[in-house]
Amino acid sequence: MANVRLIARLDIKAPNLIKGVHLEGLRKLGDPQKFAQSYYEAGVDEIIYMDIVASLYNRSSLHEIVRRTAEQVFIPITVGGGIRSLSDVEQMLRSGADKVAINTGAVRSPQLINDVARRFGSQCMVLSVEAKRRPSGEGWEAFTDNGREHTGLDVIDWVRKGIDLGVGEVMLTSVDREGTRRGFDVELTRAVSEIASVPVIASGGMGSVEHLVEVVHDGRADAVAMADVLHYNRMPFAEIRNAAVAAGIPTRLR
Amino acid sequence: MTNDVILVDYGVGNLLSVARALEACGANVVLTDNRSKIAAADRIVLPGVGAIGDCLNELRRRDLIEPVLEFAHSGRPMLGICVGMQVLLEVGEEFGEHTAFGLIKGRVKAIPATTSQGERHKIPHIGWTSIAPPQSRESWKGTVLEKIEPGSTCYFVHSYTAVCDDPDNLLAVSDYNGRQVTAAVQTGRVFGVQFHPEKSGKTGLQIISTFLEMS
Repeated sequence: MANVRLIARLDIKAPNLIKGVHLEGLRKLGDPQKFAQSYYEAGVDEIIYMDIVASLYNRSSLHEIVRRTAEQVFIPITVGGGIRSLSDVEQMLRSGADKVAINTGAVRSPQLINDVARRFGSQCMVLSVEAKRRPSGEGWEAFTDNGREHTGLDVIDWVRKGIDLGVGEVMLTSVDREGTRRGFDVELTRAVSEIASVPVIASGGMGSVEHLVEVVHDGRADAVAMADVLHYNRMPFAEIRNAAVAAGIPTRLR
Repeated sequence: MTNDVILVDYGVGNLLSVARALEACGANVVLTDNRSKIAAADRIVLPGVGAIGDCLNELRRRDLIEPVLEFAHSGRPMLGICVGMQVLLEVGEEFGEHTAFGLIKGRVKAIPATTSQGERHKIPHIGWTSIAPPQSRESWKGTVLEKIEPGSTCYFVHSYTAVCDDPDNLLAVSDYNGRQVTAAVQTGRVFGVQFHPEKSGKTGLQIISTFLEMS
């Protein structure tokens, strides 16, 4: 089994790292670059920055955060939020991102996925999917705008289509679990991972190492994104990695 | 010998990440697509992401294949990264057949779609995977990897892998779900790494520093 990637996800409302519950109700935690730097030193595998406001007004501030981070953090950096065009992607890559995560822009114009993959390579095209279980309990619907706007798209169909168009990775956020610390939506992760030929990053809900183990073993996640468990220092990263390894999850050790 | 390094600029996406990592290792980076600067360089780095055919077309369009090949034959140190490593081989099979540099005998082929157990696995191979010398090689002495512990992990993202005809060209290998992938190749002082040293944390920076110390 290949090493599972342990990823620090930092939601940003420039210039601050913030943390919310169900992607709403925000708390400011400080300079994202400082957090990213400390996670890099601690051995995190990748950094994901998500601009949760994604307003034009804050764009230059976000670029500045990415630029400062990329000067000192030599692991992959993914940036998402408000990316709608090839020129947005290009500017983000120029600032120091290695990959972009796109949700709304891809829902509005699926062709954007294909354009990004062809121009910059599918390795940099991450499809960001915000999934909410349907009220009936049957399946999941894809949302945009931090889980507020319906798309009418079935998550499984949408991921399939995204992969056909050239997505290199899927970042799957459970809106129901985000910020709850009640664990990942394992069923969702498994349903998506089973139909996805590309790696799937599980996001939303990690409160303990048991949750991580569960979403890898039962949910078949290829990578796991964690946020407030790190940001509030509930557990040092090295401890999380060691506990994961002890539970039989292969990760990089050096 | 100075700390100057020419980073061949042919419009590929990961150029700036590579430049930042080189600078963090103390290099004076010159981004250029100028043929005579490449010919006169102390050492060059050839980056590359995306599809091999696109990279070769961009190099060709800028008339850069010939000066890079001349440089490679000069015996000065050269490092190809990711697709910049794949182009060192003879042929790339991604989206059709593409004639590449031919500095190293062999082809760049798709990673098998299944694990060694026959189960479907995720392509691209994305993540931190350990690298080791192949059976045909005793150590990494005298190469860009000489200061790296075998078993160290590096960050990979690729769907195609170099298959070398001559085991002497194979510098490092990795295992992806039971499938061997080529992590690094060498011919003389020309090195190529499939992984991204600029994104492989301290291990990657160590590899870059070793390259910069070569004269």
